[in-house]
Amino acid sequence: MIEFHLDSRSGVSPYLQIVHQVRHALRLGLLREGDQLPTVKDVVSSLAINPNTVLKAYKELEHGGLVAARPGVGTFVTKGLTSAPLVALGPLRQDLQRWLAKARRAGLDDESIEALFIDCFRSDSEEDVA
Amino acid sequence: MIRLTLVQFRLQAIIVAGILVLAAILFAISGQHLYHLYNTTVAACPAGSDCSAAKDAFLNNHVILRQLLGLLLLLAPALLGIFWGAPLVAREYESGTFRLAWTQSISRGRWLLTRVALLGLASVIVAAALSLLFTWWSGPFVRITADRFNPGNFDERGVVAIGYALFAFALGLTFGVVIRRTLPAMALTLASFLAVRLAFTFLLRPHLMAPHQASMPLQSGEGLGFSPSASGITFSLGTPNIDNAWAISSKVVDSAGHTASNSALHAFMVNACPAIVSAVGSGQSTQGVNHAPADPTVFHDCILKLAQNYHLVVSYQPASRYWTFQWTEMGIYAGLSLLLAGFCYWWVRRRIA
Amino acid sequence: MTAVLTANGLGKRYGRRWALENCTLEIPAGQVVGLVGPNGAGKTTLMHLAVGLLTPTTGSIEVLGGRPAESPAQLGRVGFVAQETPVYESMSVADHLRFGDWLNPTWDQQVADRRIDQLGLDRSQKAGKLSGGQRAQLALTLAIAKRPELLILDEPVASLDPLARREFLQSLMEVVAEQQVSVVLSSHLVSDLERVCDYLVVLVASHVQLTGGIENLLAAHVRLTGPRSGLETLPPSLQIIEASHTDRQSTLIARVDEPILDPAWLVERINLEDLVLAYMRQIQPDASARPHLVEAHR
Repeated sequence: MIEFHLDSRSGVSPYLQIVHQVRHALRLGLLREGDQLPTVKDVVSSLAINPNTVLKAYKELEHGGLVAARPGVGTFVTKGLTSAPLVALGPLRQDLQRWLAKARRAGLDDESIEALFIDCFRSDSEEDVA
Repeated sequence: MIRLTLVQFRLQAIIVAGILVLAAILFAISGQHLYHLYNTTVAACPAGSDCSAAKDAFLNNHVILRQLLGLLLLLAPALLGIFWGAPLVAREYESGTFRLAWTQSISRGRWLLTRVALLGLASVIVAAALSLLFTWWSGPFVRITADRFNPGNFDERGVVAIGYALFAFALGLTFGVVIRRTLPAMALTLASFLAVRLAFTFLLRPHLMAPHQASMPLQSGEGLGFSPSASGITFSLGTPNIDNAWAISSKVVDSAGHTASNSALHAFMVNACPAIVSAVGSGQSTQGVNHAPADPTVFHDCILKLAQNYHLVVSYQPASRYWTFQWTEMGIYAGLSLLLAGFCYWWVRRRIA
Repeated sequence: MTAVLTANGLGKRYGRRWALENCTLEIPAGQVVGLVGPNGAGKTTLMHLAVGLLTPTTGSIEVLGGRPAESPAQLGRVGFVAQETPVYESMSVADHLRFGDWLNPTWDQQVADRRIDQLGLDRSQKAGKLSGGQRAQLALTLAIAKRPELLILDEPVASLDPLARREFLQSLMEVVAEQQVSVVLSSHLVSDLERVCDYLVVLVASHVQLTGGIENLLAAHVRLTGPRSGLETLPPSLQIIEASHTDRQSTLIARVDEPILDPAWLVERINLEDLVLAYMRQIQPDASARPHLVEAHR
């Protein structure tokens, strides 16, 4: 069983924080296939957040195929998340460094680079979810 | 709601019940003693003989206690009004608990009615018990003094205390409901209760039924005496006592039935009792039949002469009306209480603030 | 979508002062609604109107489809905790439970017992001796054990220390998860509301300034920072809630229907507290000059 926490200052909406924490736990293997997620009531009574928030997070995870709700019983993990194999990281890192160099040569400062990256990343994620 | 009211007031109920039981015991013990004394002294005195010595001796018993108990009977209704009536709703307003009570599944009207009915009933029981006990306890005294109908004595015995208790309670409730602060409501309850009681006793009670008139000889007046007045020397006397009746007022009238004016009396005295006129004129006011300083014979002679031409007409309520008056007065106060309670019921259901 | 509370032109006047004026609201069911605004804004007045402690001067209010406090049954469907959580100081905790039981036909003793045990309250303790947090929890127990459809809580955590506040909100959220009850809760602490509420009503100076689902409101409002000269390029549908200017720069909080494409403007998400503050600073003395009510639907 995992525990959630909420960072009210992070600017990330609460339900997304829960989604991320579940995915992180899955990635690390803290949650495995067949494990039960904490009940809505338990989450809510430890975090003092709205139950709808938890429901929304669980629904999104279900939509992503990671968990499934069994009415009257609880929500259970259906699929694990594996980390990308370490070997894939090397080339990806190199690609990124090349891109960063290009961005600097084009005259972008730190904030612009960050803003550009986050903007692309977000719209990419949204396309995934939609 | 009934159960709840009992739970909320259980401490008060226990205290008051305890006091009542204590009072009953004290009354019983003391009363037994009194009745025994009465039966062996005054009642044993043969009829026809002068029993005044025995009577006076008896009346000197428990004087302070009698006065204290009488005071208790007069105060008890006011206390009920202050401590049960005023805080009943005012406390809820002051502590904010009305916001708790009036958002439960009960209408305000029913909430109020149940509390008022239960506490009203309790007030009636307390008042009735105290009144009954005191009436029984003071029985021997009143048998001797025969003044149970007089204001003061009338208020302490019989059933009127029940009406007073209900009225004080309703008055307290009303002030509490309207003012919403316990202490000011208590103060106002006390003040207005006293005002109404005094006004009723002295202004209204004499006229509840048209009084009877009786002719009585001059000597039956209390405290006969001579004194100076604006129209010259005149004589004064207090209203006589009529056994067990309520003598309200009296006036001096001549043989034709006309009220004797001070100047007419003065003229008569100048003629009939010149010695008295000069005695009083020299500044010696003689009050009372037994306290004639100068010359008792002259004093008595004057009275006799006056009595031949003048007598008293006394306005009074006959003894037979005692219980009618008791029930009527109780009924009026009880009726007022109902009106006040009805007002409170209506007022509380308005949701102004 | 049924509404738990509908108000139409609702107003309440005391003497010459309007405590609440021209209030038109429709609060949806199944939500935790935050009622926020400065002191004296009319939050308590609105709540007292909703539970039938007050009657309106103008307009109407309907709760769960009926007039507030029109019958004992209606009173049983709404649980209320007043400001300062009034309790009977000389009555014990157990007596308070009896109070709830005897005055409410829908009272569920099991719910009450479970909560009292969970809270670890001593049943024989006089309510006056409880701590602030314990009193609030007792008052909440009284409100929920009658299984209401709607809970109305007037600043329940205002005078509680942070731990008691958190515990109360945890308790409340547990109740919402278990009982399917709608909640309207007022506070002047926006941070509490953000975790707990899904719907918001902002009340300022006796008027409703803003209502809507929190997520939609946050999505619809942005903070714009840019050159003063850039004001003309903003789309006309944009509604400026708050603006501040220096000689060269303007910072705006605005409601947007369409994305701002002009790169001159830095567009940032706004957090709930800043959003509420922007609306709270927007005081409208003249009702007719008020921008139309912002309403965001799910």
